[in-house]
Amino acid sequence: MIACPACDALLVDRDVAMGDTASCPRCGTVIEAPRPLAMTRIIMLALAALILMIAAVFFPFLELGAAGMVRRSSLLDTVMAFATGLTAPLTIAMAALIVILPVTRFLALLYVLGPMAFGWRPARHAASAFRLAEALRPWAMAEVFIVGVAVALVKVAGLAHVSLGPAFWAFVALVIVTVLKDNFMSRVTVWKTLDARRTS
Amino acid sequence: MENAGRPPHILTARDAGLVGCTQCGKVHLPSAAVCGRCGAALHARDIANLQKVWAWLIAGIVVYIPANLYPMLATASLGHTTENTILGGVVELMHHGSYGVAAIVFVASIIIPVAKFIAIAFLGLTTTRRVRMSAHHRHLLFEVVEFIGRWSMIDVFVVAILSSLVRLDFAATITPGIAAISFALSVAFTMMAALSFDERLIWDALEDE
Repeated sequence: MIACPACDALLVDRDVAMGDTASCPRCGTVIEAPRPLAMTRIIMLALAALILMIAAVFFPFLELGAAGMVRRSSLLDTVMAFATGLTAPLTIAMAALIVILPVTRFLALLYVLGPMAFGWRPARHAASAFRLAEALRPWAMAEVFIVGVAVALVKVAGLAHVSLGPAFWAFVALVIVTVLKDNFMSRVTVWKTLDARRTS
Repeated sequence: MENAGRPPHILTARDAGLVGCTQCGKVHLPSAAVCGRCGAALHARDIANLQKVWAWLIAGIVVYIPANLYPMLATASLGHTTENTILGGVVELMHHGSYGVAAIVFVASIIIPVAKFIAIAFLGLTTTRRVRMSAHHRHLLFEVVEFIGRWSMIDVFVVAILSSLVRLDFAATITPGIAAISFALSVAFTMMAALSFDERLIWDALEDE
């Protein structure tokens, strides 16, 4: 038996075929949706996301030119914008939301799913690592940041000439990769696989 | 004949005297404290859970007040400084003719937070009271609230980007204001309220009839 995580309905825990989607008959929440090679794909996408994140942090993000002067701003500069005065605690929060939490999530997923994709036994503490990755999901706000950039561009467009740096496109790619990755992931399936591998 | 409002009766883990894990779905005896599969803390429904939601929600509303009263950012341009609150920023964007962006900021910083306060309060109240809105719709409402909460952070990010970018000492400088902190806190607190809400409470009322 299995209980629906959303509405607590008791359901028969049957094996779901590849490509099928099992959802709760009462509340419609998707319970399991295994996809062929999902694990490998998630790992590839998480790796890609990590590399893109490194590019996004260090390359210039936005360029602002006014009266012959050019100012480049990287993601680090953006995070440091709150570093002075009363708003200093926000610096930590910003760094966490845009860079640290997403990176932690990618690393945790790689750690959990890496051994599984190769058919190995799960790594030590894999369960706590996956719980952490799932808990961080709402707090990794990369895509929100992208929309923020767009709004900021319009706001300064009147003041100066603004152009997008390479890091911006790296970040856009990062968001797309992250969304793809999360779509492949079926939490209950991962837990079941972890459980099966641990005991076997 | 439509059966939209009343789904067929389904046995829940609680009715069967078991506790279901909200992470991975595994069912346990009520004596278990931690899920044997994923290690998450198991909890049957209790009233303390709802109190946590109310506490986070009230904290979120309280810090949302200074977020609107104090300046979100200060623009120093050619010697004089202007300070903008959230609403002031929206009005200024409209003066510049950027209605689309003004709409995004207005929706993200004012409509979504206020709608979230109301929605969470509504969901919290209706777990114990009977309402006309079906469990399906309330479940949908909860999913929307959970999904949309993080998007309110847009304005905080905009302020950060602007103040890192606009430091042309000769033309203009933008510095973040104190409202940025209380707004960010308000978003975080309401997200905590949504996260600590137990979805299963929405459906429990159906069985209690």
